[in-house]
Amino acid sequence: MSEMINLTIDNVPVSVPEGTTILEAAKKINVRIPTLCYHQDLCVAGNCRVCVVEQKGTDRLMPSCAMPVSEGMEILTNSLKARSARKHVIELLVSEHRADCTRCYKNGNCELQELSSEYIIGEDGFIDLIPYKEYTIDHYSPSIIKDDSKCIRCQRCVRTCNELQKIGALAVAYKGKDMKISTFFEKPMFEVVCTNCGQCVNRCPTGALTEKTYVDLVWSEMNREDKHVVVQTAPAVRVALGEALGMEPGMIVTGKLVAALRRLGFDSVLDTDFTADLTIIEEGNELLQRLKKALVDKDPAAKLPLTTSCSPGWVKFIEHAFPGYLDHVSTAKSPQQMFGALAKTFYAKKINVEPENIVSVSIMPCTAKKYEADRPEMRSSGYKDVDYVLTTRELALMIRQAGIDFASLPDDDYDSIMGESSGAGVIFGATGGVMEAALRTAYEVVTGREVPFENLNITPVRGMDGVREATIKIEGALPEWSFLEGVELRCCVAHGLANAKKVMDAVKAGTVNYHFIEIMACPGGCLGGGGQPIPTNEEIRRKRAEAIYREDAHKPIRKSHENPEVIRLYEELLHEPLSETAHKLLHTNYRARDRY
Amino acid sequence: MEDVKQMVKELAGKYGHSEKGLLPILQGIVDKERYISEEAMVEVARELDISAAQVFGTATFYSFLETKPTGKYVIRVCKTISCMMKGKNDIIRELESVLRIHMGETTHDGLFSLRETNCLGQCHKGPAMLVNDTPYAELTPEKVRQILCDIRKKEFPGN
Repeated sequence: MSEMINLTIDNVPVSVPEGTTILEAAKKINVRIPTLCYHQDLCVAGNCRVCVVEQKGTDRLMPSCAMPVSEGMEILTNSLKARSARKHVIELLVSEHRADCTRCYKNGNCELQELSSEYIIGEDGFIDLIPYKEYTIDHYSPSIIKDDSKCIRCQRCVRTCNELQKIGALAVAYKGKDMKISTFFEKPMFEVVCTNCGQCVNRCPTGALTEKTYVDLVWSEMNREDKHVVVQTAPAVRVALGEALGMEPGMIVTGKLVAALRRLGFDSVLDTDFTADLTIIEEGNELLQRLKKALVDKDPAAKLPLTTSCSPGWVKFIEHAFPGYLDHVSTAKSPQQMFGALAKTFYAKKINVEPENIVSVSIMPCTAKKYEADRPEMRSSGYKDVDYVLTTRELALMIRQAGIDFASLPDDDYDSIMGESSGAGVIFGATGGVMEAALRTAYEVVTGREVPFENLNITPVRGMDGVREATIKIEGALPEWSFLEGVELRCCVAHGLANAKKVMDAVKAGTVNYHFIEIMACPGGCLGGGGQPIPTNEEIRRKRAEAIYREDAHKPIRKSHENPEVIRLYEELLHEPLSETAHKLLHTNYRARDRY
Repeated sequence: MEDVKQMVKELAGKYGHSEKGLLPILQGIVDKERYISEEAMVEVARELDISAAQVFGTATFYSFLETKPTGKYVIRVCKTISCMMKGKNDIIRELESVLRIHMGETTHDGLFSLRETNCLGQCHKGPAMLVNDTPYAELTPEKVRQILCDIRKKEFPGN
């Protein structure tokens, strides 16, 4: 128990544990101090000085995000001195910022804009330096646009890329007035180690880092008579979309989401959760086949541990950072790409539309999905399997553009086929979800019985710890799986690429001995994805996760292999897991990339 | 390429494989190669297990860690206010006209590069400049011409 410190903030007494910052103490009594470089998920930088406050009896203003409280402090967050210093700071930041707000993609969702409006930054502030500066706008990446003219050098992105994700695609380069956020040798983002995870985009307080938007292209495709536009929705979108449309975090809006998509004009509204279930069947069987090859046949080519492959940020990360371990990655495509491949083959046939007239759109919590859809491997249907990927934020924008009052929409159901899903498909959106879904199916395939957890809730793999381990002992295996009798299946779940790196370093060093690893590039899994509503932080991630598990608990079907539409798909097209057709449409391969 | 690898390996062996070794390694590269190439940075990142962007960030922060090819003699003219009041602009004009290059450029023969730098600590004897590691103070255009002449003579004794 640490010592309690007593102080006053704006004359309100407050008592907080030693080591608390002034900013956190103020939050406790509901005093909001404006911030820019500060972000809950990241270490304190203290470089923007927007959060300065005055301490009675001292001359100096201090950054409240970095300053720990001390006994007897009398803090004024809104004194004339603090306010005018803050206003100058904002004016100086704006003087170096291309404040082209009406033409900016972040217009209306920009922290600098909000502060400028709050502090009435007029035209008579400091000189506009933008005409005198050289800056680059990098729009070559399929997922992320980096516009240096909007950058205020708060370094949230650098801290995100280096601490949270341990990628190191972005760094601070040069100094003084020339200082900028740069990739290696100022190369375009698509040429460097960037995984497209978009965590930097989610944290950028201005329009310096944004997703590349495809909203207008999707509108024009929907306007074409000859096109049938199919849309799929990822599991994590339904627990976050509401936030971007004025609702509280943690609301499940699946029904409204479907209704809104139909109102927007999508011809078929289908569910990525369906192919999440399909992923489980393919990946689960791949795991069992590998276990058999490794444990019975002693085949050195059967690599263990097997890692998941649904997170495109993770896939690109391992391609860069651990290229020697690519044959550990499941060959199963991500649910988005399985869906895309089926949309222009199986589904096109079902609805009797030529595949070239199908436009396949996906709504994802993710910016890396834009890049994944662009990968040359993802053309199994003979066309680009997924034409356009929109983030949760982009969909919210379309809904606003269409003038739809989202909150009052009646709930609607997905179309069929490829619209049905199990609870296992839903929890794909949370860290640990793929593991839990896979175990629900794999355990039952091997033993003929349900996983030995109450209500199928495999709680050891849930939660928000960065790396979680679980072992499941297989007892009473069916005769064909007798080699697994008594085997303790060792599983590991990691989220956030810094944790992924930790796990892979341990795998490489041989200090761990897992059979199956689930890795999600983003903290919290897809529900904390780079394409999710801004802000995303620990508390919001927790609420979205609760919502996902709630949705799972209420689903009549909880296990992927019991999804009736998945069963039908195997009957009509694939015949059995890992069949030739399945391999052609649903599996892929990876390529080693340079780390530097 | 192999030479660069070998050089960085040796430097890392000398200064350590932790981030602490980054600056001395970069300085070591500049001592040997006059500048830090893209390939060299990649090798440093690999040796220290840090990101290449971080190496680039550090290298571009320091004025004396060149990241572009430079001439054999790097001339750095002090750009600060004291030297300016003592006439550093005349010095720069003289350098540019004798060398026939602009500030920031390198002569065609690869002999000279021209840079501006922050304070050299010679404020009482401005204008000042550095030629590689040798400081020159109380410069006049005539002195500058003589310094360049002496270097050329040293490099091409026949002429």
